[in-house]
Amino acid sequence: MRRVGRDQRSRVTVKLNGRNVSAEAEPRMLLSDFIRQALGATGTHVGCEHGVCGCCTVLLDGVAVRSCLTLAMQADGREIATVESLAGAGGALNALQQAFRKNHALQCGFCTPGILMSFTDFLRRNPKPSEAEVIEVLSGHICRCTGYAGIIAAVLEAAGSMQSTVGEKP
Amino acid sequence: MKPHPFDYVRADTVDEVVDILAEHSDAARVLAGGQSLLAMLNLRLLEPEVLIDINRIAELSEIREVGGKVEVGAAVTQNRLMVWPGVKEKLPLLAAALPFVGHFQTRNKGTVCGSVAHNDPSSEIPLSLALLQGEVVLRSHRGTRAVPAREFQVGMLTTARKPDEFVTAVRFPVQTTRRVAFREVARRHGDFAIIAVGAIADGTRVSFGVGGMAGRPAVREITAGGDLVDTINALAWELEGYEDQHASSRMRRDLLRRVGPAVIEEALQCAG
Repeated sequence: MRRVGRDQRSRVTVKLNGRNVSAEAEPRMLLSDFIRQALGATGTHVGCEHGVCGCCTVLLDGVAVRSCLTLAMQADGREIATVESLAGAGGALNALQQAFRKNHALQCGFCTPGILMSFTDFLRRNPKPSEAEVIEVLSGHICRCTGYAGIIAAVLEAAGSMQSTVGEKP
Repeated sequence: MKPHPFDYVRADTVDEVVDILAEHSDAARVLAGGQSLLAMLNLRLLEPEVLIDINRIAELSEIREVGGKVEVGAAVTQNRLMVWPGVKEKLPLLAAALPFVGHFQTRNKGTVCGSVAHNDPSSEIPLSLALLQGEVVLRSHRGTRAVPAREFQVGMLTTARKPDEFVTAVRFPVQTTRRVAFREVARRHGDFAIIAVGAIADGTRVSFGVGGMAGRPAVREITAGGDLVDTINALAWELEGYEDQHASSRMRRDLLRRVGPAVIEEALQCAG
């Protein structure tokens, strides 16, 4: 059993984007605030703080979750991937990010980090999604700029291009 | 917003949870997936003294079949039950209902038992549990008891759970018929249902369940061949339908009149 009093701070160690990092947190600290304020990874955005908007979505042990509905304490000893994990060396965008750029899937970009992380998880599980499946997953996010059509096009295009990089050439 | 300060306890065993609940009673809350609880803490609708995290208790993260029932432990997420190999065969109603539970992202963390314990009147899992006549397993320092869904579900966000008890599992009877239908109406897929409706057909008899109308799910036995429109209209008036920012009582009754008969027909027309 681990017990941390409300006025105490306790060390939380996570593997953030492949690197072991740790910082102190109090029990009520949300994982979203821990990632941004304690670990300094500000790519993850905070919107509604009650699980509705999806901006703060990160991968916890590879699974897309709302970091605002998770306590920092709960992430202790686990792996977190944020939007900062996606681009390659020198900031080269990955296939999903490139498709977002090409299809005008973002304008202000506030919601984008969460959407990218949701589909990073989803496309691993379901590499050939239908448009309906993409829309279902996207229903867990709110975007006030794009009208969603560009995002759906980007995800479908990325799924196609990720497919073509595996298997045999025609 | 941010939660009011609380003590955090990460329990390693069920006994530890029981001990802390015995000590703190109402002032303690069990944290499973946290997809409703943490939202309520962030909005400061709840200010518990102690939060007991049960996510790392191995014995609570099992799905197993015991005596014709599927028992789902308190740490099992909704998405895990959704991809459980037996779900379509043994619990077709839940297989139809689970895709409506929150979003892909919240189902990754939200638990089956948490949804039952929270007992939101528009929730899909409490409705399914009521329709399937399942039971809820409660544990305290006084022992373990299994409570039928109809007794467990008392009213709006209210259950028969005593302050020192916690839900360790829910049990869904394995279904003998695969003739099921489930639909709901919401502002956005995954949002709180305005109304949710499920039906299980067995011969010409239909178990019909409605969420989102009254404080708890309503289940009625309906025989095919009667005037469905009249039957559902009477049920709509009986349940009244509550008012909230999403819909008026009148809109809820009207939605039930439109969706109810269609779902019953759909279940009746399913191949066994």
